[in-house]
Amino acid sequence: MRQAPIFRMRRAAVHTLLGGYTLIAILPVLLIVMNSFKDRKAIFNHPLAFPTPSSFSLIGYETVLKQGDFLSYFQNSLIVTVGSLFFILLFGAMASFALTEYRFRGNVFLGLFLALGVMVPIRLGTIAILEMMAKTGLVNSLFALILVYTAQGLPLACFVLSEFMRTVSADLKNAGRVDGLSEYVVFFRLVLPLVRPAMATVAIFSMIPVWNDLWFPLILAPAEGTKTITLGTQVFIGQFVTNWNAVLAALTLSLTPVLVLYLIFSRQLIRGLTAGAVK
Amino acid sequence: MTDSTTYRRARRWHILVFLAPALLVYTVLMVLPLAETLRLSLYTETEQVRSFVGFANFTVLFGDPRWAQTFWNALGNNVQFFLIHMAVQNPVGIALAALLSVPRLRGRSAYRTTIFMPTMLSFVVIGFIWKLILSPLWGVAPSLLAAIGLKSLFGPWLGQEHTALIAISLVSVWQFIGIPMMLIYAALLSIPDEVIEAAECDGVSGLAQFWKIKLPLILPAIGLISILTFVANFNAFDLIYVSQGALAGPNFATDILGTFLYRTFFGHQLQLGDQHMGATIATVMFLIILSVVAFYLLVIHRRMRRYQF
Amino acid sequence: MPRQNFRTAILGSTALAIGVLLSSAAFAEDVTLTIESWRNDDLPIWQDKIIPAFEAANPGIKVVFSPTAPTEYNAALNTKLDAGTAGDLITCRPFDASLELFKKGHLTAVNDVPGMDTFSPVAKSAWSTDDGASTFCVPMASVIHGFIYNKDAFEKVGVAVPKTEEEFFAALDKIKAEGSYVPMAMGTADQWEAATMGYQNIGPNYWHGEDGRKALIEGKEKLTDADWVAPYQVLKRWADYLGDGFKAQTYPDSQNMFALGRAAIYPAGSWDISVFNTQAEFKMGAFYPPVKGAGDTCYISDHADIAMGANAKSAHPEETKKFLAWLTSADFADIYANSLPGFFSLSSHEVKLQDPLAQEFVNWRSTCKQTIRSTYQILSRGTPNLENETWGASANVINGAETPEAAAKRLQDGLDSWYKPGQ
Repeated sequence: MRQAPIFRMRRAAVHTLLGGYTLIAILPVLLIVMNSFKDRKAIFNHPLAFPTPSSFSLIGYETVLKQGDFLSYFQNSLIVTVGSLFFILLFGAMASFALTEYRFRGNVFLGLFLALGVMVPIRLGTIAILEMMAKTGLVNSLFALILVYTAQGLPLACFVLSEFMRTVSADLKNAGRVDGLSEYVVFFRLVLPLVRPAMATVAIFSMIPVWNDLWFPLILAPAEGTKTITLGTQVFIGQFVTNWNAVLAALTLSLTPVLVLYLIFSRQLIRGLTAGAVK
Repeated sequence: MTDSTTYRRARRWHILVFLAPALLVYTVLMVLPLAETLRLSLYTETEQVRSFVGFANFTVLFGDPRWAQTFWNALGNNVQFFLIHMAVQNPVGIALAALLSVPRLRGRSAYRTTIFMPTMLSFVVIGFIWKLILSPLWGVAPSLLAAIGLKSLFGPWLGQEHTALIAISLVSVWQFIGIPMMLIYAALLSIPDEVIEAAECDGVSGLAQFWKIKLPLILPAIGLISILTFVANFNAFDLIYVSQGALAGPNFATDILGTFLYRTFFGHQLQLGDQHMGATIATVMFLIILSVVAFYLLVIHRRMRRYQF
Repeated sequence: MPRQNFRTAILGSTALAIGVLLSSAAFAEDVTLTIESWRNDDLPIWQDKIIPAFEAANPGIKVVFSPTAPTEYNAALNTKLDAGTAGDLITCRPFDASLELFKKGHLTAVNDVPGMDTFSPVAKSAWSTDDGASTFCVPMASVIHGFIYNKDAFEKVGVAVPKTEEEFFAALDKIKAEGSYVPMAMGTADQWEAATMGYQNIGPNYWHGEDGRKALIEGKEKLTDADWVAPYQVLKRWADYLGDGFKAQTYPDSQNMFALGRAAIYPAGSWDISVFNTQAEFKMGAFYPPVKGAGDTCYISDHADIAMGANAKSAHPEETKKFLAWLTSADFADIYANSLPGFFSLSSHEVKLQDPLAQEFVNWRSTCKQTIRSTYQILSRGTPNLENETWGASANVINGAETPEAAAKRLQDGLDSWYKPGQ
């Protein structure tokens, strides 16, 4: 009997704390989205008010959509992100499998070699990368970005995936081998499905920097046809910096697709994160 | 005999096939360009002619008072930036994770999803959003503070030397808090039920249970998060660049190694980029990160393993 | 009949084939030039006005204006030049930054571009080698500093346009006391705003324009001399008249503050005119930097700011040169000056300005002596870079983080560490 009120109070405290922080997390974003639908006067004079019929305005969106092709920016970002993730996961998983499954000379060295990449930002190698892309004619192609991001993502992928490959039972693999399955089949059919949660973790951690990168799109693929959404947004903000209607609309347009995708996949993402992180 | 050798040879080929794509992409696009950059730190260029100078650039970086002062200032700020993350991001992240892991909590996934959301947004968007919110012109922050009667606390935080670094660190914490929260949450979930049941039998519950039972068990996860935070913080650049500019104002109060490196390597406004000094700074950063990570792996990580169950 | 048909068919298809061939040949001949620029604000004007005018006069050449945000411009451009992937036409910053690009062989000399004689040696000096032998960019425009004010505010508060420093501060005091307006819209968060709109704006009156600037380069004057410290002492006094939280106020914040009618005076670069023309809903006027004593000669910063050069690695050098030649034409001077009021042509062509505010700025050229920004020529060749250091110093002085004297000493020490005058 005495437990109940304390229990309820505790519950209330937990919800207050979590709810409070949730507000902190979401308010800034709401503020931007909300004000992007208001006219200039209302943005400056009543920033905290919801748009009303009299202050409602889409002028910012008109300006932005007239100037740039946000749909194509978004599409480019999507291609680059999905492409990079595919190669990071495939190559990363293959390499980690080799490193953990087989004993061979240089095994430890290769593991360390791959891990080094976690520590230095790849941006430092920009000049050499750009020269290479220029020589191979890949400048202003999305493929150049995919290659760079794959290289950037591999170290972390190998690091995390190796940890998981070790936990896959040897009996299973050996049973497969006894059944005459080739090493490739063992890897793709038996091992890969088992490390799927870890792959999800890697996917999330690799996706965020790829999607949000400004530097390599700016240097490697600045053409209108290959602009990513982050670069497109940056150009817009620079161009309309005093026109807050346009700035807020551009910010909203650039964060909406991410948020929509995030909300659709959040269950999978979080399951991946939590399952993958058990260590 | 022959059987086993063919088997072995076959295995060799597999290894190569499995390793080749990753090693190739990684070596060609990351290691070689980076090695090239590090190599540049041993060279200098006068009148368009590159010449080998040994460690002279390092002598300049640490010996010339102007370079040295900028470097130590950036390093100091970077350490503060990291400490603020450790002091705010990780404890709050752990607390949020602990709250989320309360059994039979309603709305759990909604909380989780929302709190993790800022991590998904780009630096460009986040830098700009917070600049707008903290802008003295727009007045969102002052009126929010006024609503809770604290208007007098408001200041132009991003513009004052003694508050700018703290303000920008907190924005960064806001952005990334989802990551420690999720990792710790996962670690808490992985604690076996028997351990918790045993604790409850002994009458240890609630907060005491968290401190005495759960926290020691999630120490390895906290260690992992700390080292990830360290590497991320010492590579950080974008947020400060987007919101404070390449000069990392006011008066270099928010200058960290990443912004210092960028300014030196690529130049800024009338200052032309100096690839050789830039490469020197990059090398020093690399060594700092490498030594801390090595220390963590060799000393702390090993010790923590011992306590794992 | 069938024969006839057959022949017509052959003729027809041949004609068609030739037509296709011709048009595809014409298509193949279409050359596309890319312009690198930091003027992302001007994108629509290039797309809608300037480029169509050029393309109409030069069929077969297509031009793409591809700007980068000003803060990333130099880094991105230099990287692309080093790797050989930069555009055909490069927008040039004045003096040392572009000189270095020329020395490295990234820019070609433009001496032989037809029409270069429409620019005076002074206009060309910002993009020429020290000996004047080679010019490497075609000058496009200069910008003038001064103050833009809200006429309605001045009327309401009852202040007249200040001519002297004393009148200037009296006006600021009066506006502040009246209370409906922030006296002056400027912030220190972006640093360059304090240096460019503050120090370089009022400075020439104190160091006597070109005389002082040249004396500094020759080593006859020092930044610690009274004439060079004075502008910092005046800037320090500005702090009292700036808006709340000016330390976190960015350049766009200042623009918005003035355009919304919240501030009375705006320390300006002439390029701000076009922004205010579209956004401000009040009458505006402009005045040149107030002089120290009544009757003193006034000096204005009329700074050669923007030019365009040819990438030495361009695949289309002929077409690139054609474009540069077009930049020297009266047509271009007229389109540019009138679609971007506040950018004043550097050519000798007679340009009729339609914008009254821009005209006001230009009128000062006949009343005041002209100079360029003190830090741009020669003095920003080394490390520490005087221009960049001046940003920090100006912001620090206004913020109260450094005294005018200490800031001046720091700048002079930095300069002394690498610059030996007279070499």
